[in-house]
Amino acid sequence: MLSRVADAVYWMSRYLERAFNQARFIDVNWLLTLDTPDHYGEQWEPLVSTTGDSELFYKLYERASRKNVIQFMTFDLNYTNSIRSCMRYARENARTIREMIPTEMWEEINILYHFVERAATRSDEVVNNPFAFCSEVKRRGFVLGGITSSSMARDEVFNFLNMGRMLERADKTSRLVDVKYFLLLPSAQDVNTTLDHIQWSALLKAASAFQAYRHLYGPIQPERVVELLLFDHEFPRGVLHCLGEAQHCLHEITGTRVGHFSNEAEKKLGLLVAELSFHSALEVIADGLHEFTDNLQKRMNNIDAAISDTFFSPSPLLDSSQEQ
Amino acid sequence: MMNFKDYDIGPYYDEMFEAPNLPRPGAKLLAEKLESLSQDEILARQEAAELAFFDMGITFTVYGHTEGTEKIFPFDIVPRIIEAADWERLDRGLKQRIHALNLFIDDIYHDQKIISDGIVPADVINTAEGYFKQCQGIDPPGGVWCHITGTDIVRNDAGEFCVLEDNLRSPSGVSYVMANRLILKRTFPQVFAAAGVRPVEDYPAHLLQTLHDVVPARVSHPVCALLTPGIYNSAYYEHSYLAQQTGIELVEGRDLIVENDTVFMRTTRGLERVDVIYRRVGEDFLDPTVFRPDSLLGVPGIMEAYRKGNVTLVNAPGTGVADDKVVYAYVPEIIKYYLGEEAIIPNVPTYLCWRESDRAFVLDNLDRLVVKAANESGGYGMLVGPHSTQEEQDEFARRIKAKPRNYIAQPTVQLSRVPVIVDHGFEGRHVDLRPYVLYGSDIRVIPGGLTRVALKKGSLVVNSSQGGGSKDTWVLSR
Repeated sequence: MLSRVADAVYWMSRYLERAFNQARFIDVNWLLTLDTPDHYGEQWEPLVSTTGDSELFYKLYERASRKNVIQFMTFDLNYTNSIRSCMRYARENARTIREMIPTEMWEEINILYHFVERAATRSDEVVNNPFAFCSEVKRRGFVLGGITSSSMARDEVFNFLNMGRMLERADKTSRLVDVKYFLLLPSAQDVNTTLDHIQWSALLKAASAFQAYRHLYGPIQPERVVELLLFDHEFPRGVLHCLGEAQHCLHEITGTRVGHFSNEAEKKLGLLVAELSFHSALEVIADGLHEFTDNLQKRMNNIDAAISDTFFSPSPLLDSSQEQ
Repeated sequence: MMNFKDYDIGPYYDEMFEAPNLPRPGAKLLAEKLESLSQDEILARQEAAELAFFDMGITFTVYGHTEGTEKIFPFDIVPRIIEAADWERLDRGLKQRIHALNLFIDDIYHDQKIISDGIVPADVINTAEGYFKQCQGIDPPGGVWCHITGTDIVRNDAGEFCVLEDNLRSPSGVSYVMANRLILKRTFPQVFAAAGVRPVEDYPAHLLQTLHDVVPARVSHPVCALLTPGIYNSAYYEHSYLAQQTGIELVEGRDLIVENDTVFMRTTRGLERVDVIYRRVGEDFLDPTVFRPDSLLGVPGIMEAYRKGNVTLVNAPGTGVADDKVVYAYVPEIIKYYLGEEAIIPNVPTYLCWRESDRAFVLDNLDRLVVKAANESGGYGMLVGPHSTQEEQDEFARRIKAKPRNYIAQPTVQLSRVPVIVDHGFEGRHVDLRPYVLYGSDIRVIPGGLTRVALKKGSLVVNSSQGGGSKDTWVLSR
């Protein structure tokens, strides 16, 4: 597989997953504000903090109002991670590798891209009621996931695609957990109240994890929510599950057995998966959930950089032969 | 109801009707079907077809806007029908023509007997832009130079097919043939099945076979690639479509590297050797060490690898010599010279401005002739005499006198017409036809080709860059 193509497949997949997750973030906060008692007010600031892009946000907008935050996260082209920007990058990448991916996948990406572009022309409508828009983006995310899993041969293209998707998803689920850190409760006494439960449930819903949680654990308990979203091996949007999948793909690509490594990416990812496997939610909460997820995101960024160095950059050998 | 009662065939050859209200035998079913549908139904099908193109991303970007506006290549759902007997003649004629042109190109790059025998003047060859001295003496596998051809054919008011020009460098459009067919099968499934339309679906299979037919001698499991200038090229959709349908790699110049006169591509596992390259990059840009040094699209050293027989280039560099519009005028004589046969499909009569007597005639008749630059395509550098102003004619007279070699002229062919859907019914519009010919171990012609239609009322220019659209082309099997 061409290095250029691997790069484009990986990034197409990451940008798509990012767009779907942005829709999930907006959706959960929107539902949350509808369930929130009047005196408590709408909290949109936490969403901006979670994205890690609040600096840019405050350069572009004065305050984190509902309108501003939704506009920023859906359609703002100054923001490279807005849904609209993500879809533009995803489609541009898809266009360069159209011959490598299933036709159905290209068509779905293309249709979704046009859907978002059209929605952007009536952005006020979406900002006032993002529900239909976010649902459609999420729904098409599931469709694309279905196409990926049911029509792609488990070859290198699939492995790069799935690896990008899983790394992005792990990053976003960890940020979702972080939303709760930034969300304010009116006072300390509100811990373990209805409001607190609504917030934790909302997180689960954003990760499409609410039903799975109910079946596994029943009543809402923060440490169990954290357990499911961060450390569960089986839940498809859980961080550890996603990293394990990414690791599997990475080793399929290189042919190295899991437990060994042949490059920096495998080494870094292997270490992280191993460490996470021996963490528990209670410990992490005791030590500081936000500090934990913050560190997690940094390490995932390093893994991404290592993947790029290993597979996408022309090797030094090639460069020197060109100069002769 | 939409009907053909008011359809005016005019003084032209109509592809669908032989007389008012009298469809040609092969078009009877289609005419009946169209007449059985309401106007709303037909417009709805037209709209559905256009949406399908849009959703499939078969679009091009309209430049000049800050935000790229995407459009589909205009498409009309009424197909153009070619009867079996007509096609049989075209098929034979095209094979004959490509066979002769290939012998011609091979001769030009070797002994040039056709020049020494006085059939084609040496001057014409030496001044042809598509002639590359760098290709002299090369022996491509199987002696095949023009592997993929798209020949433009028109039908005059007498209903005769004539060749308008040969495209032997990198003819595009075949992906639209496939896309149009895909859409039309959804649009008129019953007529389609009943009419006995010959399939075009196996083009990619034949293309792949053609690439495998011309691998360098030593290779048993060839790696084939399609070389594209990249995503911003206007034919990029076609490049990626063909790569996808044939399963070959789609590469850009920066993906390739030449070492020890061998071409490799950069993969996630290191370098992989490439054996056959279907190039959709012009010769000029192919190898900066041989052709244009400023080209960033090409691959340094690829020509030497080709010359040494380590990689096959498809089409072979240098085929453009037969693409030149002055050389075109000699094709009937070329066919006679190499094959000893009369051309089955005639040329459109052509005046060569570098011949003094022809030039005088052309300058006197600019208002009646079509003048074309010998080396331009896409409908650029063209004067359509009857539709031109005095100023435009004066401008062309100046250009012809300054550079007579660069211009040819032809009588205005009254191209045949086909009905297209307009707001209130059907109107006739002029069409041409570009069949595609593949040449590997033998010569294959895809049944049909791209029918381009001049959507502007009265226009004779079918190029997409000049407001043309397309139609599905149905070749009947009986």
